[in-house]
Amino acid sequence: MSDPIIDIRYVAKLAQIALTDEEIERFGAQLGDLLQHVAALERLDTERVAATAQVVESRNILRDDVARPSLDRETVLAQAPQRQGKFFRVPRIIGE
Amino acid sequence: MPASNELLERSAAEIAAAVNERRVSAAEVTRATLERVVATEPNVGAYLTVLAEAALAEAASVDRRVAQGERLPLAGVPLAVKDNMCLTGSRTTCGSKILEQWIAPYTSTAVARMLAAGAIPIGKTNCDEFAMGSSCENSALGITRNPYDLLRVPGGSSGGSAAAVAAFEAAIGLGSDTGGSIREPGAFCGVVGFKPTYGRVSRYGLIAFASSLDQIGPLTRTVEDAALTYDAMAGFDPMDATSVQEPVEPAAPALRDDLHGLRVGIVREFDPGALGGAMDALYRAAYADLERLGAELVEVSLPTAEYGVATYYLIAPAECSSNLARFDGVRYGLRVAGRDVRGMYDATRAAGFGEEVKRRILIGTHALSSGYYDAYYVRAQKARTLIADDFRGAFASCDLIACPAASCPAFRFGAKSDPYSMYLMDYYTIPMSLAGLPAISVPCGWVQPPDGNEPLPIGLQLCGPLFAERLLLGAAHAYERATNHRATHAPLAQRLTA
Repeated sequence: MSDPIIDIRYVAKLAQIALTDEEIERFGAQLGDLLQHVAALERLDTERVAATAQVVESRNILRDDVARPSLDRETVLAQAPQRQGKFFRVPRIIGE
Repeated sequence: MPASNELLERSAAEIAAAVNERRVSAAEVTRATLERVVATEPNVGAYLTVLAEAALAEAASVDRRVAQGERLPLAGVPLAVKDNMCLTGSRTTCGSKILEQWIAPYTSTAVARMLAAGAIPIGKTNCDEFAMGSSCENSALGITRNPYDLLRVPGGSSGGSAAAVAAFEAAIGLGSDTGGSIREPGAFCGVVGFKPTYGRVSRYGLIAFASSLDQIGPLTRTVEDAALTYDAMAGFDPMDATSVQEPVEPAAPALRDDLHGLRVGIVREFDPGALGGAMDALYRAAYADLERLGAELVEVSLPTAEYGVATYYLIAPAECSSNLARFDGVRYGLRVAGRDVRGMYDATRAAGFGEEVKRRILIGTHALSSGYYDAYYVRAQKARTLIADDFRGAFASCDLIACPAASCPAFRFGAKSDPYSMYLMDYYTIPMSLAGLPAISVPCGWVQPPDGNEPLPIGLQLCGPLFAERLLLGAAHAYERATNHRATHAPLAQRLTA
């Protein structure tokens, strides 16, 4: 097969994971191998089969739209990699 | 009486009875367990975090409740919690560098219900990173050894909880099962591993891997203890909209001693002959035992089950790629600086996730990406329908299904270095997960591996229709009582500790 079955560089960009060249090569080979295994599913006739997202019947559960206690802000912010006052601090997102 | 090592080797039911009858205090049981953990951990390494202080505080509270006349179904029972379940104030890592220092700000419903029933949280156990793996070797934070042979893996992903229970470092271990992560380590460590029906136990506070498959369940030394744990944890939880509203009938009172009137399906496509001489003989003997106990054996067919692994390795990674998007270095966990915010995401996830997690995020992202979604993800969801239909068809002619829990006993570290060979470890457990069915692994014998000195445990898997936990646990109990395979060999870790 000359055509790579999966474009790891592109997928890694979508997944927001920086990969080394060595990882790109290794994961490319491993995931290409896996995709060949899962290609077995093409043998199944799924033309008239409904897709299953959830096996146990579930229905929408609504509750009244009223405030109720939630996690303590200070406890949560204490876990932040970086904070400023009552905010999570992140790198600049909008240009100067 | 002082809480001796002997009591710690009893079942959870017996420990709870001793505490409720005030023959021993929860504090004594807890102190003895913590000593046992100190002595055993250098060999086994089941725990990532030992919660000595929290355990002793919880034990004091249980002793107060018992003194006030309360009877608690799990009074003073030492509990090991897989490290993907939150417990307020405890480090909760998922076996990952990205959460290595994260302290849970709330308690998962499953753990909260166990504590309400009187269990004592001894510690958080090792697992494959984000529950992705079948050997615990994918943990970024530690090695767990099989208590029966320290050169071998405990299975996974709930390997730490299975090893802790096998080595008497806890009486009950909580695990989570997405494609076999309770049943396979249960089989490898010679204990009972039980996955309830999808939605029976709340996933609130279980750090998500694949949300349509993840289910919490117990690892225990007896089926009765699995039933008691199930009874304590199961039931609707408003905090998990996928937890089912079906009423839960307690399973512990329904345990039985025979299988009269039950039809047990033997799956034509799961011929144990494929597993080789020793395993083949064990499974044939196990099926004969079921018959001897009164069951009628019937042949059933699951023609699509062989597609389970392929189906699973599209659906589970797709869900994982979405669930793990939350680990971006912004609100919690590791952050690694980058040139800009995208660089920060890329660097954080590159440094925080291990190999297997990266592989699964990549495959899932690919399967969900534009142009591939229908060919991979939707096709897998349709295959999932066919697999669930197969089981529905089979249960038209039987009450339960019996089959192997795993295709081999515990293997040596490093033996499955090719990812796909590791994925095949869940060949017999994945179909039930895709169909959402309750399933249990019960010890069914021992094999002597050619490359080792220690006999290794093997597990029989029993599976029932949706919500048939009572029937399933009842039948597993009858089989366990009649065969008692666990009693044949003591774990090496126990002999080394004694």
